Amino acid sequence: MTTIAIDNVSRWFGNVVAVNDVTMNIGPGVTGLLGPNGAGKSTLIGMMGGFLAPSTGSVTLDGATIWRNEAAYRQIGIVPEREGMYDFLTGREFVIANAELHGLPDPRAAARKALETVEMDFAGSRRIATYSKGMRQRVKMASALVHEPSVLLLDEPFNGMDPRQRMQLMELLRRMGEEGRTVLFSSHILEEVEQLAAHIEVIVAGRHAASGDFRKIRRLMTDRPHRYLVRSSDDRALAAALIADHSTAGIEVDASGGPEAGLHIQAVDFTRFTELLPRVARDLGVRLLTVSPSDESLESVFSYLVAA
Amino acid sequence: MSSLYHPTVARLTYRALLGRRRALILFSLPGLLLVIAVAVRALSGADDQTADAVLGGFALATMVPLIGVIAGTGAIGPEIDDGSVVYLLAKPVKRPTIIFTKFIVATGVTVVFSALPTLLAGYILNGNGQQLAVAYAVAATVASITYGAMFLLLGTITRHAVIVGLVYALVWESLFGSLVGGARDLSVQQWSLALAQKVADNGAVTSEVGLPAAVLLLLAVTVAATWYAGRKLRTLTLAGEE
Repeated sequence: MTTIAIDNVSRWFGNVVAVNDVTMNIGPGVTGLLGPNGAGKSTLIGMMGGFLAPSTGSVTLDGATIWRNEAAYRQIGIVPEREGMYDFLTGREFVIANAELHGLPDPRAAARKALETVEMDFAGSRRIATYSKGMRQRVKMASALVHEPSVLLLDEPFNGMDPRQRMQLMELLRRMGEEGRTVLFSSHILEEVEQLAAHIEVIVAGRHAASGDFRKIRRLMTDRPHRYLVRSSDDRALAAALIADHSTAGIEVDASGGPEAGLHIQAVDFTRFTELLPRVARDLGVRLLTVSPSDESLESVFSYLVAA
Repeated sequence: MSSLYHPTVARLTYRALLGRRRALILFSLPGLLLVIAVAVRALSGADDQTADAVLGGFALATMVPLIGVIAGTGAIGPEIDDGSVVYLLAKPVKRPTIIFTKFIVATGVTVVFSALPTLLAGYILNGNGQQLAVAYAVAATVASITYGAMFLLLGTITRHAVIVGLVYALVWESLFGSLVGGARDLSVQQWSLALAQKVADNGAVTSEVGLPAAVLLLLAVTVAATWYAGRKLRTLTLAGEE
């Protein structure tokens, strides 16, 4: 049972604040670190992995500081996002080298076991340079697992994987979590995180925005006000009918004829509004020409979470 | 593990050095030296002055620093660049052990690809007359050690280590060193020549720097560079982070 404690941690690079006063505990089981690109997830994982010093605050593993503490790596396995990994070695040689660096008594046996765990034993004697993205990811996993760490840190592990590889890796991580290991992975895709993680930590613009199980996070995300741009054959008639329903909070009519012309609708009840709009249009005999969400980018979803 | 040398780090380092494209340069420069030696010997016979010119002017002044740059920066630079150094750093291995091991490998590779060919070329050129072959090989060996440490440090602190190293090797050591007096006192080449002067017959090789000063400077630079590289690696913030 191993816990990583992040205590009032900030990290800045020059004038840029990458992580801003974050406090969280990562315990056994699978935790997803969710946030848009550039939110500070890698910086946070870098600090948990001992590759970056926190500017203020502390990052500890069962009470021991991780930064400048090589002994911590006996308990930590790291799967970095970057691809560089001694391409001139075979997968097996690479994992054996990792086992030797950990000072394991039988590096070959440990490497064999790790490669079997990620189902890569069949390609162990091929050079890493010849591997596909998914195979590289699995060998990285094997190298992180070879010393059976109690903590596993993965930075965007599903990036560039095809659906089958994604399923396999999810299954593996789930198993690691069930075995009582502390598994933390980062992702900018909500669906990925909610499929795998029992517990989710959301980080936006360097701040700790939300924390909880996926149902809570999902609700926060779908219950936010949605904005739509709608164009139709009769904007004013449509607007009048829509504003009568409590699923909308405001409608702006832009009749300028410019690129943003149309109805700017703020919907507060997402599900109800998506049913309401086509029904009202049909009843009024109004043709819908454009229906497009104007703030569906992940960044705006997340920024709502921060404000909430 | 408390020793300063880790066999796995060494294996990864020399396989990286000899496996990549840089290896071509490692093989071609000494090859060129040997071709020149054979050609000179065949065309003009054994001549001490020519031997001195080839060994001092090409082997020690140009080839040794170039091989040093390739081996020294190549022992760590590419790993830091592509991020694979993570796999070394995320281990219960002391950072100074990683640096010292890489220093040993960089030096070893430089000796094999520069000092050894220098010795061989010396024997081809004039059959070690006036002890020139041995003298220059000794100079190349000590220079290899200091270059190994210097360029390893360079590979640790800058992403442009090869460029900076080449500028130092070609401009400072080869060009400046032979034109400007002051630069010679601060040149690994001149320090190592002080040892060659000691080994070779009287007056066959000359250095700008006295032997005690040269030994002291070689040692000081080697130790300081290795120590500082270990320190840099301890607080290395990995490139490519957000």
